[in-house]
Amino acid sequence: MSSANLTHPQLAERFNKDEARVDWHDETLWWVRRKRDKAAWLLPEWEQLRETASQIKNNVLSNLHDYLLQFEKAATENGITVHWAADADEHNEIVHSLLLQHKIDKIVKSKSMLTEECGLNDFLATKNIDVIDTDLGERIVQLAGEHPSHIVLPCIHWKKEEIGELFHEHLGTPKGNADPVFLTQAARIHLREKFLTRKAAITGVNFAIAETGEFVVCTNEGNADMGTHLADVHIACMGIEKIIPQRKHLSIFLRLLARSATGQPITTYSSHFVKPQPGQELHIILVDNGRSKQLGREDFRNSLKCIRCGACMNTCPVYRRSGGHSYHAAIAGPIGAILAPNLDMKQYADLPFASTLCGSCSNVCPVKINIHEQLYQWRQVIVKEGYSPKTKTAAMKSMATILSKPALFSFAGKAGRWVIKNIPFLVNNKLNPWYKQRELPAPPRQSFTEWYKKNRHDSKR
Amino acid sequence: MTARDKILAAVKNSQPSLQALPAMENFAPIQYADVVEQFKNVLEAIGGKVVMINSLNDINDFIVQHFDTDKIIITTIEDLPVIKKLDASVDAHLLANIELAILPSLFAVAENGAVWLTEKEMKIRALPFICQQLAVVVNKKDIINNMQDAYDIISQNEYAFADFIAGPSKTADIEQSLVLGAHGPGNMIVFIME
Repeated sequence: MSSANLTHPQLAERFNKDEARVDWHDETLWWVRRKRDKAAWLLPEWEQLRETASQIKNNVLSNLHDYLLQFEKAATENGITVHWAADADEHNEIVHSLLLQHKIDKIVKSKSMLTEECGLNDFLATKNIDVIDTDLGERIVQLAGEHPSHIVLPCIHWKKEEIGELFHEHLGTPKGNADPVFLTQAARIHLREKFLTRKAAITGVNFAIAETGEFVVCTNEGNADMGTHLADVHIACMGIEKIIPQRKHLSIFLRLLARSATGQPITTYSSHFVKPQPGQELHIILVDNGRSKQLGREDFRNSLKCIRCGACMNTCPVYRRSGGHSYHAAIAGPIGAILAPNLDMKQYADLPFASTLCGSCSNVCPVKINIHEQLYQWRQVIVKEGYSPKTKTAAMKSMATILSKPALFSFAGKAGRWVIKNIPFLVNNKLNPWYKQRELPAPPRQSFTEWYKKNRHDSKR
Repeated sequence: MTARDKILAAVKNSQPSLQALPAMENFAPIQYADVVEQFKNVLEAIGGKVVMINSLNDINDFIVQHFDTDKIIITTIEDLPVIKKLDASVDAHLLANIELAILPSLFAVAENGAVWLTEKEMKIRALPFICQQLAVVVNKKDIINNMQDAYDIISQNEYAFADFIAGPSKTADIEQSLVLGAHGPGNMIVFIME
């Protein structure tokens, strides 16, 4: 990507050049957030559902070793082949070897953030395997050579006119037609041909049940089902934290997931895969890729409770106004900003700072992850480890010196007030990042200390 | 050391001390005064349609009135008169031409408009997804309140594949405009039998 090595503030600045688009992006996501509220308020037990989900996930994380073994055993008995991948490379190699084994070089894939995290599409492209993303939003960003900007709404940053142009170029739709019904129909025809001809289908996994060895995939479009039921080989890719203990626990999570994500009462399809259909092979890849490490970080392990609903993104004032791509990670937004530094603290050191710490993300999280607290905690870890953004480090260091020495603090305050009053361009310039999009206030004549000394003196008299 | 052993060892080493599972009975999930009315309202809000019937014969009358019977209409319900029965041995790819498929459902959920179908009812897994329009038949007495009740039933169930289906296939990926008929059926009718 051309945005390689740019930080969140730099990428957000780029996104913010088009103010009208930022407003539109902001309002669209806030509208989704409000739909979530309406759906949640219809259930008197909403908060109890969140609490129960949170406790189930706490149990899962505390007993993950045994649940993984239990799942492996039950799934194997069901006729599913279970694979284990310690990292992204191993995961990609397993997928590739399965395709080689079946001599398949064209596949369909439904939405899986894990495969995004592992860079599967790019890897398979180097092996001359053609991957078609079948979720409409993912297909749109794929045709555009991009990655999803949101985990539930992959092309939320695209306008319909632009999608019309993209489809005109790639699918041959009439130029200038930007009608969502027409464009969706065009995609349906285009993708139906893929479903009917491709021999292998990859899906993600929303929930895997330790008790029964089955897994559940949720979609609205039906693309996971169209892909898998018409293929000879189904490969399901899941992070190890996707396990839940028992089938009955699905009742809690399926009630929360779609309501939190889009305000729907449930996704159109919640497909429960137990055994391969006759004549088909069913594989599942259990992927660690940093999860066991995150599990060992006491302050951050709760991030593994995430069910990928995207509610924290829709509500986040920074996400809504900076766009998913400014996070330069597979998973954007508040949850992405606490997951990514675990994978590479240096590369993602900027992300925990892309937040106002307002706490809205934690308030909407269906599994009660303390997202904003973890963002704050990551900042401390990142600074201690020496990865904090350079300008911020310098500013913080001089601030620390000034704050620790009262005389210096008093002098600095005086000097600052004098500067703002007499030579304002020294601070009101482009070199001062704080000044961007802000007006400096008129400097007070005196500091509070000066005022207090004077007035206390006056009142005594 | 295999990846499996490596992952399991790392997980064991990292996981915190055991935290108990919460009791599922800690709260009472929502109940509706009229589950049929609630189911109907939710299903219609998500793009589906409810038709009340007194017997399976009513389905055929409805279809003659509302569908082009020259197109392929099939069912997996043995007792459904007139309508052609699905040949379960046919290749799934050949189902793409089906205009309407009519399937039975074990139960329906009032809180979210979903119906539960297992592979037994589908006969061929691809059927309820590949058809252009989907109809499902459920007994009125089998409409339950909520998902907790649903999994009380499902926990006892044996199935190789099963699905909650709630309304027609849909997408809102283009500027959040809701469009029915993304990849699966563009319409869904639920026949509720008195």
